[in-house]
Amino acid sequence: MSLTSDEVRRIAHLARLAVDDREAEGFAAALSDIFDFVETLNAAEIEGVEPMAHPLDAEQRLRPDTVTEPDQRELFQAIAPAVENGVYLVPRVIE
Amino acid sequence: MEWETVIGLEIHAQLNTASKIFSGAATAYGAEPNRQACAVDLGLPGVLPVLNAAVVRKAVMLGLAIDAEIAPRSVFARKNYFYPDLPKGYQISQYELPIVARGHLEIDLEDGGRKRIGITRAHLEEDAGKSVHEGFGAMTGIDLNRAGTPLVEIVSEPDLRSAKEAVAYMKKLHALVRYLGICDGNMQEGSFRCDANVSVRPKGQQAFGTRAEIKNLNSFRFVERAINFEVERQIDLLESGGTVVQETRLYDPDRDETRSMRSKEEANDYRYFPDPDLLPVTIHAQDIESVRGEMPELPDAKRERFIRDYALSVYDAGTLTATRELADYYEAVVAGCDAPKLAANWLMGDFTAALNRSELEVGQSPVAPQALAQLLTRIQDETISGKIAKEVFDAMWAGEGDADRIIAARGLKQITDTGAIDRIIDEVIAANPSQLEQYRSGKDKLFGFFVGQVMKKTQGKANPAQVNERLRARLQGD
Repeated sequence: MSLTSDEVRRIAHLARLAVDDREAEGFAAALSDIFDFVETLNAAEIEGVEPMAHPLDAEQRLRPDTVTEPDQRELFQAIAPAVENGVYLVPRVIE
Repeated sequence: MEWETVIGLEIHAQLNTASKIFSGAATAYGAEPNRQACAVDLGLPGVLPVLNAAVVRKAVMLGLAIDAEIAPRSVFARKNYFYPDLPKGYQISQYELPIVARGHLEIDLEDGGRKRIGITRAHLEEDAGKSVHEGFGAMTGIDLNRAGTPLVEIVSEPDLRSAKEAVAYMKKLHALVRYLGICDGNMQEGSFRCDANVSVRPKGQQAFGTRAEIKNLNSFRFVERAINFEVERQIDLLESGGTVVQETRLYDPDRDETRSMRSKEEANDYRYFPDPDLLPVTIHAQDIESVRGEMPELPDAKRERFIRDYALSVYDAGTLTATRELADYYEAVVAGCDAPKLAANWLMGDFTAALNRSELEVGQSPVAPQALAQLLTRIQDETISGKIAKEVFDAMWAGEGDADRIIAARGLKQITDTGAIDRIIDEVIAANPSQLEQYRSGKDKLFGFFVGQVMKKTQGKANPAQVNERLRARLQGD
């Protein structure tokens, strides 16, 4: 399986990565190689094997429904670029 | 051309846990911004989500109530998109293996019939934070208190055929989650919200038309109005030779219209994949049985029982079982007075009216069910008439004490002594000779005048049935 430069650009955009045309071509080739490598797995016999959702064959542990986290707003906001009246500020997202 | 409407609803119900779905931060509504957003909710590096056990139990409870399959193994996935109120860059949700699948709910139709609405799935996910676009100049404010609040998204089949059916389904589900006690159902606070997928097709056609998804429907009234507007819009469009575009539209209640949200440059591509931070959730048969043991009686079953045990009409039983609080209150009243029909009338009449006037919920009523039962008992044993009971009830509501105390303090005890009633009747007749003459010469309507005079003389305390009977006899001339 191979990936086109257009597909690379689209994926990069979805991931908010800046990729120029030259890089896109390079990534397309590199990613296609990875796909080819993974393709070899298709040769494996998987009849009757349950698909796994996680590499660990274990089940999720649950925690009791209790509030354990204290308010640490001041601590967290000390590292934020901009805050006002307790809210985090970001560049305006609607026009 | 005749058109058929096809609607499917996606309902987000916030599960009423104390802590968040993947963190130990509080979920209480109305806190100061970001006071309930911990490192996990903020998506700081190095944190790991740990699933809340109560969230799983509540989802199982919903699954049992809609007669669905509970997945023995379900998986959390990452739904990737960028928005500032989603700090991780992905929402933890469920995709291929949701916790609940293939259930259904029966709705009551206006013609008295019932219809089964399929529920495709119900999956768990975390809520995002809140963006505030006003008041921060060129910036947007982000409050992450809501981030990580547990949601169950309940997706219906496209089985609904009108706005009215959609509302009936939504109301039914709303009552159900509140009965189960898994969601407070507060729509103003966003605890129960709805997106509607709406399309139209020529009647008789099998294939679905292109649908629009309407967002921001946070009241039953808006759901109905938004769907009606959207159906009209699509039909107009198709009949004038246009085509419906698959898109997300926003309902604007002020203008009563739906508007296209800024068209997304890229089609939704969330690139779901299993979240490596979370293992598959296993639900064992004994877990399901333990939840089943905690299930309350469901609205439909309760309604049937009310009809059967209390000999109520379908309408009355439906009204009284609309919420678990009202149903419980009703049963507590009946337990104390053994007058099911009288209790039903009082609850649906004076009691509900008083609640509305005072803007209170059933649970906040100043009159306890036992106190109301005592009042109704005094009607039953003819201590007071139904009319006087209203006065007593108002006094009880105002906090003047229990029914017996108010009846004694105000001297409201009904006069049932025939001798006393006869004496008053005689006085009234003696005082109104001309009316008596007219009545006896055929003016029957004056009977009401005499009743009124007797009741006036007794301040309404004479037993009405006895007054009627004795008065009629006296007037007919002995």
